[in-house]
Amino acid sequence: MIELNPFIIFFAAIFTNNMIFSNFLGMCSYIAVSREIPTSLGLGQAVTFVLTCTTIINYLIYHYALLPLGLDYLRFIVFIISIAAFVQLLEMFVERYLPNLYYALGIFLPLITVNCAILGVSLFMIIRNYNFLQSIGFSIGSGIGWTLAIVALAGIRQKLKKASIPKGLEGPGITLIITGLMALAFIGFSGIVQIQ
Amino acid sequence: MNEIIITTISITGISAIFAFLLTLADRTIGNYGEIELNINDDKDYTVQGGSSLLSTLIDEKIFIPSACGGKGTCGYCKVKVLEGGGPVLPTEIPFLTQEELDDHVRLSCQCKVKEKIKIQIPEELFNVKEYFATVEVLEDMTSVIKRLRLKLPEGEEIKFKPGQFIQLKAPLYEGNDEEVYRAYSIASAAEDKNHIELFIGYVPGGKCTTYVHKHLKVGDTVQINGPYGDFYFDDESGREVILVAAGTGIAPILSILKHMREKKINRKARFYFGAKTPEDLFLVEYFKELENELYDFKFIPTLSRVTEEHNWTGETGRVNNAIDKYLTDSENKESYLCGNEKMIATMVEALMEKGIPEELIYFDKFD
Ligand SMILES: Cc1cc2nc3c(=O)[nH]c(=O)nc-3n(C[C@H](O)[C@H](O)[C@H](O)COP(=O)(O)OP(=O)(O)OC[C@H]3O[C@@H](n4cnc5c(N)ncnc54)[C@H](O)[C@@H]3O)c2cc1C
Ligand code: FES
Repeated sequence: MIELNPFIIFFAAIFTNNMIFSNFLGMCSYIAVSREIPTSLGLGQAVTFVLTCTTIINYLIYHYALLPLGLDYLRFIVFIISIAAFVQLLEMFVERYLPNLYYALGIFLPLITVNCAILGVSLFMIIRNYNFLQSIGFSIGSGIGWTLAIVALAGIRQKLKKASIPKGLEGPGITLIITGLMALAFIGFSGIVQIQ
Repeated sequence: MNEIIITTISITGISAIFAFLLTLADRTIGNYGEIELNINDDKDYTVQGGSSLLSTLIDEKIFIPSACGGKGTCGYCKVKVLEGGGPVLPTEIPFLTQEELDDHVRLSCQCKVKEKIKIQIPEELFNVKEYFATVEVLEDMTSVIKRLRLKLPEGEEIKFKPGQFIQLKAPLYEGNDEEVYRAYSIASAAEDKNHIELFIGYVPGGKCTTYVHKHLKVGDTVQINGPYGDFYFDDESGREVILVAAGTGIAPILSILKHMREKKINRKARFYFGAKTPEDLFLVEYFKELENELYDFKFIPTLSRVTEEHNWTGETGRVNNAIDKYLTDSENKESYLCGNEKMIATMVEALMEKGIPEELIYFDKFD
């Protein structure tokens, strides 16, 4: 693997390797919570924060516990446990100290646990052999990329409220189609840099 | 072999570390300490913060109706939160009308006690208690309805008004992995303070009715709490009473009639009971006796699906038909209805057409 600058990875994760548009990860909350810009921005921030923290935690667990003990085949289950536990801790923390954020995000926070983008980033970082800084760049970038995608979608969906859409396509149907179009548009970035 | 042991130990170890961290967080971050709870500007409690308002109240032995057990799906557990409930959550909105929102009504199972809190609940709820009652009788009334007679523990009494309901807890049993509470109208007389009688219809796949119909035995202990409800007999009005029920809706009506007998209330009363076939009728003899015992009472069963073979000489068709036939004027009358939503809606309409004012039509919906 060529040594990539963490900043390059960071930008690539936002644009060329966007979690939503090139990997289609984290779709369920992306579709469910993208009706309004403020809520989707909130969820995006939460996802970015959780992504960065869990990637760091999982990096440390993987390199300092699983690998030395020859247990790297356990990474799936261990990552899932650590993500679930972290989100719970975070929920308690936000509820206690950031009540406003809690009321804005309260019901979305548990949703993050099952956001596969979070697990995806931790696994990609292993598969692609990223070092610590690269992993951080990758996770923050992926979070921001995910936020960009969901906020952009929310913007489009807000406009769509006034549009007349065929009955059968309303809601998730049209959302998926738009996502496909946005993914096509994002392919335009793919010549800039590749990280996989 | 080694691999299995190491894998097990590692997973256990890692889970244990996280469990430890979470417990620690629960004790520190999640610990809201002692919090003051004021009810109706009158009673003060000191409670442990951090849980939902519903479970906090239950800990203080104050019972709020909650058919879904705090999942935020039944919308029963409403209380007024005047101070300290935080903003209304998205999970509550579907259950609250604009009027209720303006009135600070909340779902007590969704709002958490985290700071000094002031609430308002109907005084009657202080009368609600929890009982561990023994099953004294469990018998079939029809192929789908069972009569359940419960005896309260020695020395305990329940004070209720005829028409009110209790909540029965369905415990965990094979095929049911959650404890739920369901509402059942009391069929016994309010004067019999040591017993509770219920009529429970079987709902295929239903959590509580399967428990009662398939698992419960005479001698078992069941957990109930109550009484609840603002559907009850108006003792004072002196008006003539029109009673209408179908199926298990008979329960509160029975309680009203028994109460009229016990209290020797001399008011004209008519009970229209709707069913499909003669097999759905029960307690017919009992009502015939009541016709002799009460001041001026008539039992009018109306069957909607009778054929020649049934040899039925009574009323046929829907209950509305019988009402059309016997209810000639609306003067000085009030009405109590009990059954499913559809039946109530058509009956209210029929009675209003007859001229009975809406505010004198009382009903309890069973679904
Ligand atoms: C104030 C009040 C008083 C009541 N009094 C009585 C009473 O005296 N006797 C009595 O038998 N019931 C009474 N009910 C209804 C009772 O509370 C339960 O809803 C009913 O017994 C079903 O409970 P379950 O746990 O067995 O079914 P659940 O597990 O709650 O339901 C299983 C499925 O059946 C459906 N379902 C629920 N009820 C019915 C129904 N009646 N017909 C068809 N489908 C249904 C549900 O939507 C669900 O999909 C009363 C309800 C209220 C609100
Ligand atoms: S207990 Fe059912 S909504 Fe609160």
